[in-house]
Amino acid sequence: MKASRWFEQLAAVTILAGVAGVASASNDRLVLTGSSTVAPLVSEIGKRFEKQNPGIRVDVQTGGSSRGVADTRSGLVNIGMVSRALNSGEHDLVAHAIAMDGVGIILHRSNPVQTLTDEQVKAIYRGQITHWSEVGGKDVRITVVNKAEGRSTLELFLHHFALKNSEIKAQVVIGENQQGIKTVAGNPGAVGYVSIGTAEYEAARGTPIKLLPMAGVAATVDNIRDGRFPLSRPLNLVTKGAPTGLAKRFIEFARSGAVNDLVEAQFFVPLAR
Amino acid sequence: MHTLSDRAFTLSIWGAAALGAAAFLWLLGDLAWHGMAHLSWSFLVSEPLNAGRSGGIAPILVSTLLILAVALAAAIPLGLGAAIWLAEYTRRSGALGRSIRLSLDVLAGIPSIVFGLFGNAFFCVFLGLGFSILSGGLTLACMILPIFIRTSEAGLSAVSDDWRHNAAALGMTRASVLWHVLLPAAAPAVICGLMLGIGRATAETAALIFTSGYVDRMPESLSDSGRALAVHIYDLSMNVTGGDSAAYASALVLIVLIVFINTGALALSDRWLTRRITAT
Amino acid sequence: MIWSKPSSSSRWHADRWLEPSLGLLAMGAALILLLVLAFLLHEAWPLLSEGDLLHLFTDGGWYPLEGHFGLLPMLWATLAAALGAVLLAGPLGLASAIFQQFYAPSALARLYRTVLALLAGIPSVVYGLWGLTVLVPLIARWQPPGASLFAAILILALMILPTIALTSASALAAVPKAWLQGAAALGLTRKGVIMGVAIPAARSGILGGILLASARALGETMAVLMVAGNVVQNPTGLFEPVRVLTANIALEMAYATGTHRAGLFASGLLLTLLVLALAWMAARITRSAHPV
Repeated sequence: MKASRWFEQLAAVTILAGVAGVASASNDRLVLTGSSTVAPLVSEIGKRFEKQNPGIRVDVQTGGSSRGVADTRSGLVNIGMVSRALNSGEHDLVAHAIAMDGVGIILHRSNPVQTLTDEQVKAIYRGQITHWSEVGGKDVRITVVNKAEGRSTLELFLHHFALKNSEIKAQVVIGENQQGIKTVAGNPGAVGYVSIGTAEYEAARGTPIKLLPMAGVAATVDNIRDGRFPLSRPLNLVTKGAPTGLAKRFIEFARSGAVNDLVEAQFFVPLAR
Repeated sequence: MHTLSDRAFTLSIWGAAALGAAAFLWLLGDLAWHGMAHLSWSFLVSEPLNAGRSGGIAPILVSTLLILAVALAAAIPLGLGAAIWLAEYTRRSGALGRSIRLSLDVLAGIPSIVFGLFGNAFFCVFLGLGFSILSGGLTLACMILPIFIRTSEAGLSAVSDDWRHNAAALGMTRASVLWHVLLPAAAPAVICGLMLGIGRATAETAALIFTSGYVDRMPESLSDSGRALAVHIYDLSMNVTGGDSAAYASALVLIVLIVFINTGALALSDRWLTRRITAT
Repeated sequence: MIWSKPSSSSRWHADRWLEPSLGLLAMGAALILLLVLAFLLHEAWPLLSEGDLLHLFTDGGWYPLEGHFGLLPMLWATLAAALGAVLLAGPLGLASAIFQQFYAPSALARLYRTVLALLAGIPSVVYGLWGLTVLVPLIARWQPPGASLFAAILILALMILPTIALTSASALAAVPKAWLQGAAALGLTRKGVIMGVAIPAARSGILGGILLASARALGETMAVLMVAGNVVQNPTGLFEPVRVLTANIALEMAYATGTHRAGLFASGLLLTLLVLALAWMAARITRSAHPV
């Protein structure tokens, strides 16, 4: 009967699945999972590494910093990617910073407000200031854009302004960086905070957003490099214990000056000179 | 006989259809406006460069088709079999059939991100398939099964009982009645379910990030990780600064791809339909 | 069930193994749900085993890092968004189906069907992108902040419209032509034939399609995440930002660990139970509507 063909197909798929499972483990393959912020950069670094080391495969997967930590711990992957400094509960892992990233406050370009003090930012995020007219702008309602709980930029922001997330009265909560830029670009009353390199690029390309200075320091990539800008974070590769073999070579390569152009192309700040 | 209410009804039907078409044109127009400039032949046949901002989508296109092929290879036989059983061998009020229908309806409502996390835990880790096209395809198969089964089942149930009586009277076996009479008669519904399934599978993001993965290299086998087009679009628009025009262009490609697959499915069903019915 | 028991003669041989193996396939498909449920329970266990399930519903807010796991506002938001979308897309989708079955010339109907299949195949991230860059700024000019329950309802309605239209159309197509011709011969207008004969006859297929669509609306993630604003609060107004359960998972999963992660899986579990309740109710309604 024709029906039997379906079962054959099904059986074939199942057997195929079994064979593929055995074939996937090999020694010349490096697997990384983790932060979606870091993934595009490491993916590019991996391609260059593959080109210089024929036969080697670098597979970069995304899924978030927590996934990077968990998978590295369980030994599922060789290296994890984490877009923040490791916290006190993660001392079993070793961090290898490959780049820096700064976080700056952005407004819509049409907003006449040129600067906000730390106190004003706090009051805006706490919902005590609700209209731009209270800080020298137009009589427009403020749309507070905040990051979702657990995101490393949120932690950085909360820490800098000594805020608790439950104090913040947000109108929009976002996930990825570009969502923040697009949200602020589409709303003349919005205020948000995003990665500085990306905001500089978008503003230069004509997206209607602008970066505000923080504590008198202009939000530029140069100021992050010099360590003068107050809000910045390391982008890390993490390993369980000291890395060996292929993982060690890859991390050394990712930290070397040979990838500075790739780091800059992803709008981050290189560490190596 | 044209009463006023009849005319108003006609008007509202055309109005609703026009509204649907207008929304679609707006969306498509917006995509074309932003993506057309980036679209070219070399975009289709080259590898992505600089995180996808430049270069093309060739490996991603190949991975997408492979993932879809795996998903359909698993879902069509399983889904058709289940649909036939539900429609032909169970009573509407039978407890087993009812609970299977219920669980399929529930399955249809499980968010794709949960499927993604489940697929990662089950196919990638538990079955040891790792981040691979196979894991992604099988996860998608789980996702599209409920839609496919339920629409196919509805199509089979709608076939008039006269056909079954006549076929039984002719002494045909049930299997051959199914193959020669019932399935061809239900083909439009089966194809409808398939089209919905293909649409959902090709458009899926969340379930694939965790299963077929993020690697944008040309896949060499089904056990390689391969980035799907929808994942690529998500990454370019939400995560890669300056990737918007490439994202829109990729979305256009995805839509054209779906047109091709759907037209193919329709043409196939038409041919099958005529062949089976004339052969019987 | 019109089949007599298969006789024992050899030509029925194929039929004997056909039924059990098909049944096995069906049960295999249903088994996936059990696997998914088991997985969700396992992952949510660290939070659930702390006892006192009530605090998932009584906690005022969702601040998992500060130990508050209130899911109730997100549950209401999920229901409001899905209900709004179905109320909007249901009539529109049914009308579209009637259009392609009874009103459009056959070439136009074919084109329209292709368009609907296309709409069904546009990735949710593209809907979301369009919503975020076109729809939300438009609403923001009128009712800031723009990202709101209203935006979520509009985007969801657009996304489930093709599902409702395509399934309803195939249900309408299955209504025997003789019935329609008979009704028309009795002097019913086209509206009368459609409302009085075609729709009642196709009712269970249409309801099934709407159910599938509501399930999709409840489970949709990426598009809603981009337009709904994602603030955890009870949906008090159409133009207030809300967060749905799926967006909660997608937003925070990437950086969640420990009980925070378990809390997100509890969101998934709650959503699944919600869909289960919905499907169960729908099954009851359709069963009481036409007993077999």
